[in-house]
Amino acid sequence: MSEKELGRKWDRCLADTAVKLGAGLGLGIVFSVVFFKRRTWPISFGLGYGLGMAYSNCQHDFRSPYLLHGHVVKEQ
Amino acid sequence: DTITRFPGTCSLTLFVVFRATAGKLVGAGLLFMGGGLGGTILYAKWDPKFRANVEKSVPYSEQLFQMTLGPPASPAPLPKKAVSAPRHREYINTECVECKHEAPSAVKERPAEEVAVRLALQDQAEQDVLASLSTTLEEALGRTAKVTLQAVEAQDAAVQAICTHTQKLKEAMEDSEVSSDQKSTQWSALESALKERSKCVDNAADALQKARSELENLRGVIAAAKKSSVPGARAHILAAEENLHRMSVDLDNKVSKVQSAQTEAKIISQYSELVREAKTQFQKELNSITPDIQGGWKGLTGKLTADDLNSLIAHAHRRIDQLNRELAEQRVREQLRIETALEQQRLEDKKALDGAVAAALERRREEVRLEQERKVEEVREVMEAEMRTQLRRQAAAHTDHLRDVLKVQEQELRAEAQESLNRKLVEQETEFRRMNQQQINAFTQDVNTAFARLKGMEDAIDSHAVAEEEARRAHQLWLAVEALGYTLKTAAAEAPTEPLAGAVQAIRDSCGENEFAQALATALPEESLQRGVYSEASLRARFYSIRKLARRVAMIDETRNSLYQYFLSYLQSVLLFEPEQVAPPAKLSPDDMDTFKLLSYATYCIEHGDLELAAKFVNQLRGESRRVAQDWLKEARLTLETRQIVSLLSAYANAVGLGTTQAP
Repeated sequence: MSEKELGRKWDRCLADTAVKLGAGLGLGIVFSVVFFKRRTWPISFGLGYGLGMAYSNCQHDFRSPYLLHGHVVKEQ
Repeated sequence: DTITRFPGTCSLTLFVVFRATAGKLVGAGLLFMGGGLGGTILYAKWDPKFRANVEKSVPYSEQLFQMTLGPPASPAPLPKKAVSAPRHREYINTECVECKHEAPSAVKERPAEEVAVRLALQDQAEQDVLASLSTTLEEALGRTAKVTLQAVEAQDAAVQAICTHTQKLKEAMEDSEVSSDQKSTQWSALESALKERSKCVDNAADALQKARSELENLRGVIAAAKKSSVPGARAHILAAEENLHRMSVDLDNKVSKVQSAQTEAKIISQYSELVREAKTQFQKELNSITPDIQGGWKGLTGKLTADDLNSLIAHAHRRIDQLNRELAEQRVREQLRIETALEQQRLEDKKALDGAVAAALERRREEVRLEQERKVEEVREVMEAEMRTQLRRQAAAHTDHLRDVLKVQEQELRAEAQESLNRKLVEQETEFRRMNQQQINAFTQDVNTAFARLKGMEDAIDSHAVAEEEARRAHQLWLAVEALGYTLKTAAAEAPTEPLAGAVQAIRDSCGENEFAQALATALPEESLQRGVYSEASLRARFYSIRKLARRVAMIDETRNSLYQYFLSYLQSVLLFEPEQVAPPAKLSPDDMDTFKLLSYATYCIEHGDLELAAKFVNQLRGESRRVAQDWLKEARLTLETRQIVSLLSAYANAVGLGTTQAP
């Protein structure tokens, strides 16, 4: 069902956002704890990094039908 | 009403003229014309010639007169000619019956018996007339003869009396020596004779008058007899005429004799008168001389004296001288007198001659005429006899001719009859043959028609069988199609119908060689066959979710598809208010291509059951909305296709069923 496609996409998007945010958060915490003396900036950096990645993934997912793929035609 | 209208219009016109306005003038003019028309019609009613004139000159007056007065009176045909014709014919009839032997062309020939009867009647009438005529003629003749004889006798007697009288007178004059007694007797006898004469003359005159009147009567009778013109009486008439002529001649002779005797008597009497006069004169003279001598002077010679004698002698001498002188004078005058007398006599003679000649001529003419008439009568008799013989001959010839003609006619008629008999026989034979042929033809025709009917019946039965086969097949097809249609209805709320493959197979089986049905059956989309189609209701329900989604992603298309755009699009869908359903216009304009408008139109169509139009509108979506509605569109297309084909098939099955339905 084509109308369910969007919904699925949003689901994936949200799932992905959650995952990426979690992962970002995790890594941020890890890095902040491990490397950066428990500063918050690596957490927000990680969250942002996660969110950004999720956003980009989401966008790409939503754009995917419209993306044109070019092909290189070798000259003969 | 035209009668009452006419004076009314006059007075009204007068009244109106005094207060003349335009309208009133027009009204007056109209009334005047109406009055004129009414007057014309009235006069035409009274005088048909005027009516004819008006009808000739004015174009539509005929119809007008017909309407108002009725048809014109036709002039009565003059019956004068008809009346005169029978009268003329009547006249011709009477004329020609007298002709006895001719049949005139104007009148049809009478039958022989009638002619004979008429002839007999005519003869009888003629005989009667003849008898009456003859009797009248004889009577008249007898009367006239008697009277004429009487007249003649009277004339004779008169002549005789006149003769005797003159004789006596002569004697009396001449015998003067006779004695006085004898003289007196003579004179008395003379007087009696005179009286006798006068009486006889009177008698004669009377008788003559009577005779003349009788003669006139007879002449009148003869003329009447002549006028009646009966041929048999001609002889009588002729005889009567002859008698009349003879009697008149005799009478004239006698009258002339009497006249001559009378003239002679007149001469004698004149002579006697003269003599007497001379005697008296002499006597007077003598008396004057010798007064006392009287009587007869012969015996007086002794008594006379010498003086007396001398005077007497002197007187006598004187007288003698006188007489001599007179005589001489007379002698002188004698010649003249004789000449004049001769002349007179000549004239009188001539007159008498002329008269006598004329009378003789007249008599001669009369005689000649009588002769001629007698001759004519004889000739007529002869001619009559001849004509009779000729007519008899002609009649004989006529009968011969008739006999010949009849013979010829008989032969002709016989030949004609024979010919007509032959012709009739031939006709009858041909008629018989024709009837025969006709019967044979009719029989053949009947047989042919029976055969044709038989053939027709066989054909009909065959076609019936065929048609029934067709009908059965059509019925099967229809049933299959109905089954297919029914399967369409098996769609549940969200689930599609059963796969249509079975029903379609059934159709394919039932329609067999029908190309159309086969084509249609194969035209069904595979999806519908395998999977089935969704019902309209489910599609409808699905549409609303589609709608919502499509509204949300209305802005997203190839160029705008970032998440931010998604957010904006979502915001737009929340903030934009438009009616849920909008009736789509007949023609779409470019600004109708907006997603929201399209969705409104589609919703309207969906709500009104027009899936096709809704699908069309949805097909116009672009971008993400289109992608979202893609599946729905596909399903809608499928459903529509299947439905169309099924409806075609069902229509076709119905048509075939109708086609094969036979009238009871």
